[in-house]
Amino acid sequence: MIKKTTPKERRIILKHADDPSYSNKIGCYLKKDGYSMLKKAFQMKPDEIGEEVLKSGVRGRGGAGFPAGMKWKFLDRKSGKPIYLVCNADESEPGTFKDRQIMYKDPHQLIEGMMIAAYAIQAKQAFIYIRAEFFEGARILEHAIAEAKKKNFCGDKILGSDFSCDLVVHRGAGAYICGEETGLIESLEGKRPNPRIKPPYFPAVLGLYQCPTIVNNVETLCNVKHILEIGGEEFAKIGKPNNTGTRIWCVSGHVKKPGYYEFECGALTLGEMIYDVCGGLLPGRSLKAIIPGGSSSKILRADERFTGKLKDGTDFDWGIEDIPLDFDGPASAGSMSGSGGIIVMDDTVDIVEAMANINAFYAHESCGQCTPCREGSLWMKKITQRMCDGAARKEDADLLLSVANQIEGRTICAFGEAASWPTQSFISKFRDEFEEKANNGNKKPPLQLI
Amino acid sequence: MELSEDTLRKIEEVIPRYPEKRSAALMVIHLIQDELGCISDETCNWIAEKLELQPINIKELITFYPMLRETAWGKKHVRVCRTLPCALRGSYGTCKVLEEKLGVKEGHVRDDGEFSIEFMECLADCGEGPVVMVGEETFENIEGKGAEKFADLLLNDKLNSSSEFISYESALVTDSTPVKSTKKK
Amino acid sequence: MSSNGKVSTVTINLDGKEVEVPAGINLVEAAAIHGTEVPHYCYHPQLSVAGNCRMCLVEMGTPMRDRGTGEPVLDDNGVQKIGWIPKPVIGCGTNVSAGMHVKTTSSMVTDSREGIMEFLLVNHPLDCPICDQAGECRLQEFATDYGRGYSRYVERKNVKPKRTRLGPRVTLDDERCILCSRCIRFCQEVVDDDVLGFVDRGSFSTLTCFPGKELSNNYSLNTVDLCPVGALTSTDFRFKMRVWFLKESVSICTESSAGSNTLVSSREGEIHRITPRRNDAVNDSWMADSGRELYKKVNSKDRLLTPMVSDEPSDLNNAISQAALLLKGKNVGIVGSCRSSLEEQYLYNKLAKSIKAKKFLRGHFGDDDGILLSADRTPNLRGALVTGFSNKYPTDSLSDLSQGIKKNQIEALLVIGEDLLSSGLVANDLSDTPVVFVGTHQNATSDLANVVIPTLTTFEKSGSFINRNFRLQAFKQAVPGPAGLMPDIHVFASLANALSESSQTSDLAQVWTQMSKSPTNPLHGISYAKIPSDGLQLDGSKWDGLSFVEKKALNYSPSKHLKEA
Repeated sequence: MIKKTTPKERRIILKHADDPSYSNKIGCYLKKDGYSMLKKAFQMKPDEIGEEVLKSGVRGRGGAGFPAGMKWKFLDRKSGKPIYLVCNADESEPGTFKDRQIMYKDPHQLIEGMMIAAYAIQAKQAFIYIRAEFFEGARILEHAIAEAKKKNFCGDKILGSDFSCDLVVHRGAGAYICGEETGLIESLEGKRPNPRIKPPYFPAVLGLYQCPTIVNNVETLCNVKHILEIGGEEFAKIGKPNNTGTRIWCVSGHVKKPGYYEFECGALTLGEMIYDVCGGLLPGRSLKAIIPGGSSSKILRADERFTGKLKDGTDFDWGIEDIPLDFDGPASAGSMSGSGGIIVMDDTVDIVEAMANINAFYAHESCGQCTPCREGSLWMKKITQRMCDGAARKEDADLLLSVANQIEGRTICAFGEAASWPTQSFISKFRDEFEEKANNGNKKPPLQLI
Repeated sequence: MELSEDTLRKIEEVIPRYPEKRSAALMVIHLIQDELGCISDETCNWIAEKLELQPINIKELITFYPMLRETAWGKKHVRVCRTLPCALRGSYGTCKVLEEKLGVKEGHVRDDGEFSIEFMECLADCGEGPVVMVGEETFENIEGKGAEKFADLLLNDKLNSSSEFISYESALVTDSTPVKSTKKK
Repeated sequence: MSSNGKVSTVTINLDGKEVEVPAGINLVEAAAIHGTEVPHYCYHPQLSVAGNCRMCLVEMGTPMRDRGTGEPVLDDNGVQKIGWIPKPVIGCGTNVSAGMHVKTTSSMVTDSREGIMEFLLVNHPLDCPICDQAGECRLQEFATDYGRGYSRYVERKNVKPKRTRLGPRVTLDDERCILCSRCIRFCQEVVDDDVLGFVDRGSFSTLTCFPGKELSNNYSLNTVDLCPVGALTSTDFRFKMRVWFLKESVSICTESSAGSNTLVSSREGEIHRITPRRNDAVNDSWMADSGRELYKKVNSKDRLLTPMVSDEPSDLNNAISQAALLLKGKNVGIVGSCRSSLEEQYLYNKLAKSIKAKKFLRGHFGDDDGILLSADRTPNLRGALVTGFSNKYPTDSLSDLSQGIKKNQIEALLVIGEDLLSSGLVANDLSDTPVVFVGTHQNATSDLANVVIPTLTTFEKSGSFINRNFRLQAFKQAVPGPAGLMPDIHVFASLANALSESSQTSDLAQVWTQMSKSPTNPLHGISYAKIPSDGLQLDGSKWDGLSFVEKKALNYSPSKHLKEA
């Protein structure tokens, strides 16, 4: 493929994050015109802000990719119950590390975005649910909130108006399922984070304390401020239709320069990301597979061809390097962009061991509420563990696939899909390695993954 | 069960932040665990009474979340990420090195109570894996020979003054940081 | 309920057939109404919906509507198109709506059930040979009906605590638990005693009580009934009897006026356990633990087994004749009982009228727990009112009897089950008054009675009670009584015939014909055989003015006296 110049990042969210003269204190943020959008928001009507967000087409950056403006529209504003805004800062999807950068390095951007959102949905109180492993992050946020409160940017009578909204930092305690919106709400209520059945417990209607609640990802809420800055229509011009704005991609695994990179949606392909931006693979290695959207997304094989029709009717015929990095690209290739966590695996990886690692993760993190996920995830873990311990059987590939198929679609929350998609895609694309494992005896691969 | 004035004050501050008392459970448990190291059954009873709940409601939480403990970790607790991105960069090897050097197996506390090692799920810093947390600080790219050096510094309590291993938190720009990035890329 | 008393309905399509179902119910109930079983574990009609077992997954679709206009979308033949949801939905959490299409037997549903069944058995111990639940275990039943039939699991199963004492009456086996959470929801919602919870997570989740606390409330055994598997077991019943040997008879709990419907399980004349019977108008699906223990009184040491005349053993017929001799021609006082059945009360009330005896009645009272143990600790106080034996509300003493004896107005006593010496009388009061005692268990009065006629407990005879809701409920004989004894109605009929030369029948059905004759009596027109299994609501408004002691409780509200629906 003819290489053009290395695609350039467009840092909107991470504009100041790695500036060596920019700290996470309010002084720096104010110098960069911070909280001016909050002031602009308070000149508008709450519904107008919602309209801008809807026009912008911004999609959730937590993994599901659901349009944020539409989610806000589902909010039940007629119930008379208080409305809550919750920021999902639980960031536990393996391969994702973008929200950390925002919260540790530019927390005021999040606070401003949240306060604008809170005003737009007329929330009575806002929470940031941050994972407990971000010890310093929680402190940074608390400090930032205190700074913002002093200047009336959050809390009581914001900017001297009648609107008050307190912002509370709530720490989790190490559970991946708290990233699921109803699991998060249950955890916020002080109970075991068992996700709720939907219907009837849609958060927009029956959320926190059975009141209408909006749960949004950190990056999504930060975008709210930028949408207000240039307007929804202009924002929609960034990226591609239906894939608007920028996204922070997190690359990890076997590349020379792993890390976080912010690009306009669709501005580069997966190949450009890995070979140009991340410096390519480690010396002497060849690409084996890529997981494009956090460990819950389906794996892509390096030598696969992806063909089909795009939403606009045009045909596509891609190799793995041609997949555009936006929401629809990986989805068209049969996977998803998820939380933007790109995990690169080269030929030193034993696929069955990688599968065992992922299955162990899901078995460990299953909340245990519903039967298929609870028993199925542990069963899959035990099978792959046994395979890696040298007792694999030829029929285990079919068994794994069958168990995964029995979990998908039958669970209370999307964790069922998250646990079953990796297995389904690993087996369907690397079946030969799984069946070969039965002949490998006790031989351990050089790179230990389980 | 004795709690310091400071912790008790913080507990009283955090409970009214929430519309319902039960919501404060996790934050109260964190505050107490930060001081006492773990939550005993007696403590469960105390917290339950404080928040007008049943003790079983607190025990359910303690046993669900891996970071809430019924027995304390060592004085210096080392957390090694084992999920796929870090595993791909060699975190299992890192854990073995730490086990050998620190003299304690993963999931256990050393007999003298000084060190403990725990495998964690994704710590959300995958680009700099393998990620190792010591206490509340996050250290990056700990593998191979670097892991051995890291373990030695940790063993001899010289990690904080090391210029080779700078935690993510220490590398953050503060208002008094000289204008020079100290992060290793 | 709409204002004319009719339930509003919707039409849904169930497995290809258009059927009408009450509005607002879920798909599990809707299917059950039309004879289709949707297997489920965690769902219970009287508990909140959890939706976690996923066994009730069904295929569901709703009529397609155009997104823009809202108009129905039709297919080529002009038939309404159905938008089938690609994933199955849980039946217990989905409420019926007009035009909904449901499939309970498609390949998606079969596949789902086989999958869930397999998952439930994956970590389940192979305990059937030693598990009490065998024979009434929903895992066994649904595995047979909906499971795949073979196991593919070759890994190790999880190990959990196997024989935990959860409380004084409940033993827990954690490995068998399928984590349906029925027991937890029951304790939280029905009894308001939040002691149970899950600890750990994932497949290692374990049901437990907080260390130091116990599942000891008076409804703990209902969790054993609720548990669909053999995880929660009754310590009393554990390892005693296989359920397929048990014969079940319907009965009513005699502990209080709540009148919980029960099921008596017995084998070869021996009772092995009591369990509640579902009655949505009385006890939902619950009963008090203390009521279950009452079956132990059948064989207790103080059971009266031999008729006695002047402290000498005798036979029943002789005892009855001697009793008649003692009472004939005298001013008799009849001390009735709120524990007697309706038929018995009718008979000795009739006897009282014919021999112009004075009637006395005492109540037995205790604390009301607001659920199923009411303040009135007798099952049939209202029976005494309806039969006319008493027209005022009894107290817990028989002071007017004591007065009557002192004033020489009472010359002989027929006492039914009560102990006069703990009702305000002393032994001296009775020194000149002959006493005929008719009852089941020995007490201070039976000790000094001239004639003792033992009778049968509720488990050994048939009859009916009227509970606090003024609901008429029948109980049937479960086990035979001790040799040589007859039911109370036989005793009273014989006494009546001996004392007043009548020919009173002792046949239960014929007694009812007599009872139900009077048009002003609430029992008018009822026959025993026709009493429905869930009881018959009577009109108790005639007694609205009395000060009933029961407090607001499950399915009961003191101010309301429901008229016949």
